[in-house]
Parts: sequence; C-alpha cells; structure tokens
Amino acid sequence: MTLPEPFRLLAYLAGVMAFVGVNAAYLVWVERKGAARFQRRPGPTEVGPAGLLQPLADAAKLLSKQLLVPPDADRTLFRVAPVLVMAPALMCLATIPFGKTLGARSLDLGLVMVFAFGSINVMAIMLGGWASRNKYAIISAARIVSQNVAYEIPMMLVVITLIMVTGTTNLQEIVEDQAGGFWKWNVFNLAANPLMPVTFVIFFICMLAETNRAPFDMAEAESELVAGAFTEYAGMGFGVFFMAEYANILVGCSLGAILFLGGWQSPFGILSGVGWFLLKLYALVFTVVWVRWTFPRTQFYGLLNLSWKILIPVSLGTLVLTCIMLKIF
Amino acid sequence: MLLEKLQSAVGAGVILPDGHETFVLNLGPQHPATHGVLRVKLTMDGEYILRAEPVPGYIHRMQEKMGENRSWSKYLPNTSRIDYLSAMTYTHAYVLVVERAAGIEVPPRAEYLRVITSELNRISSHLVWFGAFLLDLGGFTPLLYAFDDREKILDLLESVTGSRLTYCYYRFGGLCNDVDAEFLTGAREFVAYMRPRLAMYRQLVTDNIILRKRLEGIGRIDAELCRKYGATGPVIRGAGVANDVRRVEPYSVYPLLDFKIPVYSECDCMARYLVRMDEMEQSLRIVEQAIAQLPEGPVMGKVPRVVKVPAGDYYHAVEAARGRFAIRIVSDGKEIPYRIKLRTPSFSNLSLFEEASRGMMLPDALALMGSLDLVIPDIDR
Repeated sequence: MTLPEPFRLLAYLAGVMAFVGVNAAYLVWVERKGAARFQRRPGPTEVGPAGLLQPLADAAKLLSKQLLVPPDADRTLFRVAPVLVMAPALMCLATIPFGKTLGARSLDLGLVMVFAFGSINVMAIMLGGWASRNKYAIISAARIVSQNVAYEIPMMLVVITLIMVTGTTNLQEIVEDQAGGFWKWNVFNLAANPLMPVTFVIFFICMLAETNRAPFDMAEAESELVAGAFTEYAGMGFGVFFMAEYANILVGCSLGAILFLGGWQSPFGILSGVGWFLLKLYALVFTVVWVRWTFPRTQFYGLLNLSWKILIPVSLGTLVLTCIMLKIF
Repeated sequence: MLLEKLQSAVGAGVILPDGHETFVLNLGPQHPATHGVLRVKLTMDGEYILRAEPVPGYIHRMQEKMGENRSWSKYLPNTSRIDYLSAMTYTHAYVLVVERAAGIEVPPRAEYLRVITSELNRISSHLVWFGAFLLDLGGFTPLLYAFDDREKILDLLESVTGSRLTYCYYRFGGLCNDVDAEFLTGAREFVAYMRPRLAMYRQLVTDNIILRKRLEGIGRIDAELCRKYGATGPVIRGAGVANDVRRVEPYSVYPLLDFKIPVYSECDCMARYLVRMDEMEQSLRIVEQAIAQLPEGPVMGKVPRVVKVPAGDYYHAVEAARGRFAIRIVSDGKEIPYRIKLRTPSFSNLSLFEEASRGMMLPDALALMGSLDLVIPDIDR
C-alpha cells in the first residue's frame, strides 16, 4: 500500500515524531528501571503498573513548571537551543530504513545527511551553555566542543572505512548488501577488513562520546559542573534536552545497527523485517544504559587522549588496511 | 606577585601574564561534590585551578562553646554530632578523656565492646566514603551497594544502642547497656558476609581501568605537606607514614589485638583509596578477635552519681575514621567544664586542600577532595 506523496510524507512525519516521542519518554523509563536493577532496587513502581506511567507523570510535572530565563541570559539563544538539539535528531531519523519498505526517504547521501545533522546537536548544546551566562554551563560548553571535535574524527574515519566496503552512502542499500545471514553483516565482513569488529567497537565508543553518555558525560558531569550546560534550564527546557539525549542515542544506535549489524536483515537469512531492526536497536540502547551504570566517568584529558592517541591511529590503521584488502582482493 | 594579585581579586577575574583572564568559580555551599555545606572559592584559569580558598562556617554549631555551659555528662550526646559518620569513636575520645581525668576504672568487657562498636562504626563510615567518592567520580552504582552493607551495621548498632547514626552508647566508666547474644552472632555473621563483599569491590571497582586512570598519580599529598597542615588518618597513611593513634598512642584494648596499619607510599588519591579499603578489612579482623576474646563481667564500673573532674588540663586522642580526633578538657573542679577543645581531623585535612589543589584541573581537584573524606560538620563543629 502506498499513499500519494504528500500524504505519505505527512504520515512519516507524524510517525517519526511519534517514534521519537514515545522512545524518548520510555527510554527514560528503561534507563530508570535498568539502573534500578543494576543497583538492586525496584526503581519506579508507583505510577501505573511497574511504573509505566512514570514518563507521563514526569512530562506533566515538567510542563507545569515555569520556564525561567536567567536575567543575564541571551533570551533568544536560550530558548532556541533545546529546539536545535531536538530537531536534527528527528531529521536524521527521516533517512533511517526501519524495514524493506518502511523509511521516510531513501536518500543516496543518507549517511552523509545523518552526520551533517548530527553535528548540529553539539552546536545547540554549546549555544545553550553559552546563552545561560553561567560559569558551569560555559565550562561544559567548552568541553562539549573539544570532545565532539575529538570524536567526530575517528567516527568519520570508521564511516569512510565502511563506505569503502559498501560502496554506497544510501542506508537502504547498505542494509540490502548485508542480506543472507549474520555472517554477511558488516561487523563480520572480515574479507574486506579483518579488523571489522574493532571498527565496530570504535564506532560504539565514538557514539557514546558524541551523545555525551557516560563514561564520557563530561558535559553534564553532575559532580563537577552541577548539570553542565543544562544548569539554568527549568521545566520543559530541561525536559527537551533530556529527551533529545535519548533521541540522539536512538539515532546513534540505529546507525550502528544499520552500518554494522545488518539493519532489518534477519540473522538467519529468512523472515527479515522491522522486528529485527528494533531488536538490534534496543540491544544497542540497552548496552548504552548498561555502560552508564557500570563505569565511573573518565577524566577530560583522558577522554581526549583516548581519542587522539588510540582511536584515531587505530581507525586510520583500519582504513589503510581496508584500502589494501580491497585493492588486493 | 601573581598570587598577591589573585588574593586581592574578589569575585572578579585578573589578567594573567600570558594574556589569559581568570575567573572565580563558586563551588558550593550547594554543590553536589562538596557533600554538605562547604564552600570553596576557586580562582580558575580555564579548567585549571590557580587558587582554592575553602570557606567553612556554614554549619558551625559552637560545639566547643556548648561544652562550657553543661555538665560533663550532658556534653556526651554532643560529641556524636561532630562527625556524624563516626560517632562512636568521637564519644570514645570524650569518655576516655573524662575517665582519665576523673580516674574512673572501666571493666574490660566494656572496653572490648567499645572497640567492637567503634570498629563497626569505622567500617560503616568508610562505606559511606566509598560510595560518595565513587559518586564524585561519576560512578553511581557502588553507592547503593555500599549503603546496602552499611544498613547491616546500622541495624546491628541500632539493636544495642537504640540509634542508627548519632550513637550515645558509651558512658563514663562503661556502657549504657550490655549486648545480647544476638548482637554477637549478628556481628560474626557480618564479618563473614563483608569479606566476600570487599573482594567483590576490589574486583569490580578497584581494578576498573577508568578508576585507576583517574586516581593514580593524581592529587599528590606527601608526608611533608601532611606535617605542615597536621593531616592525619588515611591521608598521612597514604603518604607512607604509619601514623595511627591506635598504635602510636595505644588506648583501650587495641594493644591486645592483632591488626595491621595499611600504609601506601604513592601519596596519590589511589593510595588514600587503598588505605581505606584495607582498613575495612583490618577492622573486620579487629571485630572478629575482640568478639573471640570478649570477657564476661559487668559493663559499668563504679562511677559517682555526679562526675567531678579535678582541676587540671587533660588530653586524649583516638583514631577516628578520618584521622586523629583529640579532646582537650580544662577543668576548674566544678560540675561543668571550663573549656573543651576539639581537634578534628577533617579540619586539618581540608587545610591542605588549598596547597595540594594548586594547578590541578577541576575534576582532579574534586577527586582529591573526595579522597580527603571530608565531613563538613566535623570541619565547622
């Protein structure tokens, strides 16, 4: 069934927004429940069965709060920043193929577009921190920029390696190339590059750093910078930042699932479909939550050292190795 | 020159010789890392600390002055509210100094029970530090595991003392009541339970690569700095000096017990971390031995109805969880003290923060502060 073009786009617009909205809300619940299980406590239980209505209660609380703008703040930027964090994540999801025919747009430059919009996120958090006129927020903004510059590079090197293997930047085509069982997935594509699993690990680490998740959550480092760039945000201003964090995790994990784990392809070659994509996506999201509640935060220069001294050389190495392998075979 | 300029700058930044402008960052009194109402005024060059000026006093309760307007025994509950995390050792110091001054004999069973409860209290205090320190480093989960273990100690101590945090169990000449068999079995079970837990913490937390990278070589405090500011406890033992009041000025029944003083000479945050982790193990050993040696008999010696301390100047120190805690009392022979002076370990340990944190990055300085294990009411008292 295909709808006429304008209706199809509207349907996808609503669909993507609903997907992000529901996920952002319920990933908070998953995070809280997950954290609770790691810490041997029950987590939210009061609102609804197993605390399932907790996100709605949280949203109602945040929405009913006054939107305070600090008197010294740059009012326009201060208000625009949360929107600027949220919007690119929605844009990125427009290119993500959820299933064989389920995807808003199959762009030839899909992968490039995801990264183009993904980078806006950093700028938006920086703007939010800068506009707050708060010392903690500005330190956090400065950290975010240097952290993201450092991690964008290995991320890009990894992606270039992958583009060389797949020969396309169309996400739908990348997924279709990986059809026919889990040994065809890019993460096990050892013929093109024997270090492919390492590449996947680098991608995952960079994804954690790009989305400012623990152990790389330098930006909000609550024991150092109170709440970092979000310190001055009250009510839903903070809420949108919070949701955007999960929306960005969603984008990052979708990309991981598509590039390395075969997207909506089934691991056995039969019964491929959207279910597999969601399964892989949430497995990665769970890992992100798991990592957060297991490790302490890294030190800021340790984080930069990891990027410049380990991840960039290794990802450059895999890139060169892939070149050689592709040339020989 | 630079320092003078910085000292004169109040609230505003100054231009450094290299063209950078400094700014003043107000850390606290409401900040997640200060664990209480400590305020530190930081003069920063970017993320580097040029000068850290601690501003205590937000929870000053005049504990010393309070001693001058109540009788000797009425001051007893105050001592457990100075460092609320190791209340037992603090009351221990006070009863010891009054017993020394008034010449009161304490039955051996009472002394053994004091040691058992003090050491359990030391473990519970170190567990709070362990959780809070990891929280400072961004690891939230260990806190809840540590509190789970601490809960068992609090339940045990509650069963004999009636309170969970600010114990007032010791009396001049003994204890307010004897323990029952249930407490002793509970304590034995706790020792058996806690050993594998400590092994688990070693595996999961101490050996974590991120934690080691954050603590090793960070926050150097050497023996010289400790001497300069009078830092004691795990801070000086992490600087390679085996200074523990339980051994250097033995009191109570500690000379009869076999335990080690953990010492690490690396002088960094990791050394102080490891000292405290090892101390928990040693405290378990002390509890185990003290229970095995526990003599029968009364828990209260012969004490006059109204304690009178002969005129004079007396002093007694104990090893509290954070270091040397000492009480000096001056009596003029009346029913109320003439003067009470408290020497609290957190105050001395905080004093060196300014010098030790110079030139450090903010997150490292907070790791350093966490490794000092500050309790703010103990600083302000």
